[in-house]
Amino acid sequence: MNRNFKIIFSVILGLSIFFVLLKGLESTKQYSPLNTSNKIDLNIYFQSLFDEKEYSIRELANKKNFMLINIWSSWCLPCREEHSYLMKLKKNNINLIGVNYKDNSNNAKVFIKEMGNPYTTILVDVDGTKSIELGAIGVPETYLVDSFESKVLKKYIGPLDQKKIEEIISILKK
Amino acid sequence: MNKLKYFTVILILFLNFFGASYSQSLDQVHKISKNLRCLICQGQSVYDSNSDFAISMKLLIKKKINEGRTEKEIYEFLKNRYGEWVVYDPEINKNTILLWLIPLILFVFGGLLIVRKVSIK
Repeated sequence: MNRNFKIIFSVILGLSIFFVLLKGLESTKQYSPLNTSNKIDLNIYFQSLFDEKEYSIRELANKKNFMLINIWSSWCLPCREEHSYLMKLKKNNINLIGVNYKDNSNNAKVFIKEMGNPYTTILVDVDGTKSIELGAIGVPETYLVDSFESKVLKKYIGPLDQKKIEEIISILKK
Repeated sequence: MNKLKYFTVILILFLNFFGASYSQSLDQVHKISKNLRCLICQGQSVYDSNSDFAISMKLLIKKKINEGRTEKEIYEFLKNRYGEWVVYDPEINKNTILLWLIPLILFVFGGLLIVRKVSIK
């Protein structure tokens, strides 16, 4: 009786561990921006790249409802690819704020001179800590922000493409 | 000569004080960053990683400590930005209840086994 019980118990235990692990295999626990909260702190102060004044993001929202925050760097190759799409967004009269991530300011200026400036203001994040306060994990990243409610409506991790900018424009038209 | 003595003593005290407070805040940074998951690395903590993300994260933790934030506040701050996944400390909810309960069940079961063995003898 006791022996049987032990065997049955160990079989059940083994099976349950097997199924738990099997189920664990299916779901990949990769980081995704979907399971983060959508609040954003707009009262972070940044230095500007060109005029060396300090601005908070709330000031730069300029009392408009929506704005786009784009984190970029001159050393980041996907940012270079993304840049032409940002230039397209500029034509749509969007308040686009650039955050220059861990970059050399001269390189950043050369980059802008070469590729054009789609941003209304460029802010500098020298050591990357401010991007972390915004909730970024790397470059490039783009956030569509509702500045009245301090909410991130949409988070794009990685470079923008045609499909994504169409999505942004359609959200803004609503 | 006397002045020089005073100066040396003060200098040594000064250096000691700064050295101590510096290493203390560094210890705290290590402690906190060991409990944080590096989101862009596979299976590494922020402490272990040397990625750009982890380096900035450690700097930010140091800044927050110097601002006088407590360890708990820093975890809350990061959870607000990166979600529950950033800390190595799963909350109790319906997805993690098994994780929390299994050790307890095993403990009770083991205890019962021991009690039975002892009482049989």
